[in-house]
Amino acid sequence: MSVTIAVAETPLVRFLLGRADDALILGHRLSEWTGRAPILEEELALANMALDLIGQARALYSMAAEAEGGGHDEDAYAYLRDDAQFRNLLIVEQPRGDFADTMVRQALYAIYAKLFWQAASRSTHPPLAGFAAKTAKEMAYHVRHASTWVIRLGDGTEASRARAQVALERLAPYVEEMFEPEDDSLTGIVPAVPELREDWEREVRSLLGEARLNLPDVVFSQRGGRAGRHGEALGHLLAVFQHLHRSHPGATW
Amino acid sequence: MTTLERAREIAASIPDPELPALSIGELGIVRNVTATTRGVEVAITPTYNGCPAMGVIALAIEAALLEAGFESVHIRLVREPGWTSDWIGAEAREKLRAAGIAPPAPRAASPSAPTRIACPRCASTSTEELAPFGATACKSLWRCLTCREPFEHFKCH
Repeated sequence: MSVTIAVAETPLVRFLLGRADDALILGHRLSEWTGRAPILEEELALANMALDLIGQARALYSMAAEAEGGGHDEDAYAYLRDDAQFRNLLIVEQPRGDFADTMVRQALYAIYAKLFWQAASRSTHPPLAGFAAKTAKEMAYHVRHASTWVIRLGDGTEASRARAQVALERLAPYVEEMFEPEDDSLTGIVPAVPELREDWEREVRSLLGEARLNLPDVVFSQRGGRAGRHGEALGHLLAVFQHLHRSHPGATW
Repeated sequence: MTTLERAREIAASIPDPELPALSIGELGIVRNVTATTRGVEVAITPTYNGCPAMGVIALAIEAALLEAGFESVHIRLVREPGWTSDWIGAEAREKLRAAGIAPPAPRAASPSAPTRIACPRCASTSTEELAPFGATACKSLWRCLTCREPFEHFKCH
């Protein structure tokens, strides 16, 4: 018996699921720090950022459900799709790694997400525009928090600087994928994603300059997340995340 | 007072579960109360996408209206337009301050550059941010350098 759902993916549904999956998977990665953060304030910050992202995912799944009209709800999308049905960027599924990996990724992603949602606040699709305006403000806080840490790590001790630079080398091959264009039929509803790259690079280079870190040159870029081609790490994450829901279908508190 | 006005007053006066000094009406969470064929419909808007209190708030509204004699109550979540801290009125900002929480600055102040926040206890503006994320998503953690007391700040959103 197959427990997974079949999703009728129009370009709009696919786009909404992609952005929802980005938020859900990164939110889950941040939540893995709960109980393990280096200091209490950071524990709260990581949990708060995870909560923001999971809240964003819920809103986007609801919009996807409405657009799809197939009777699926946010739980069905989150728990009853397999890894090949997930449309998230590869950068968000990478393991949380050490604190430098987590904070460098958070900075690279949050700067991107802030720019994306700022642009999406001018969407011709009113529910998306309202959501985007709110989300851009949340992501601005993530940028501020992650940037503080990237500077502290990069401009800190030799050990922290080395770890932050290694994190950048690990994550750099996943940057290109963030700027893939969305389907042509969504013009006006969704911002022109490739055009965000210039602002992203400017902001990231300015941050890394202050942190005395370098954005590495990339020889080969990894991509395919939006098409459901994921790495092993996502399967492991989903096994942890989905197992309870699938083992006890329909269970409630 | 019409039935709808009464419903609106009941819904708006429910205390916020995370900031009980303020009602959900004062915070701008209750957007609209309308009569539909299904009964009374209360539209609420989350202060944050991930606000974990929305479920509790929806239950509290439903319970209060049912208790007041309304037979059928529906809660609808609206996200457009997005909630902003500018919807917290002047009186509500004073209540926040009295409860020891520094109220949000007007939205013109960008979240990327926090402005000077006055200590809710001694009013000194010699304060510093300890952490941008506090005990709830809507607050950050600050400390006053004059009276040395820590305090929470309702973030500008």
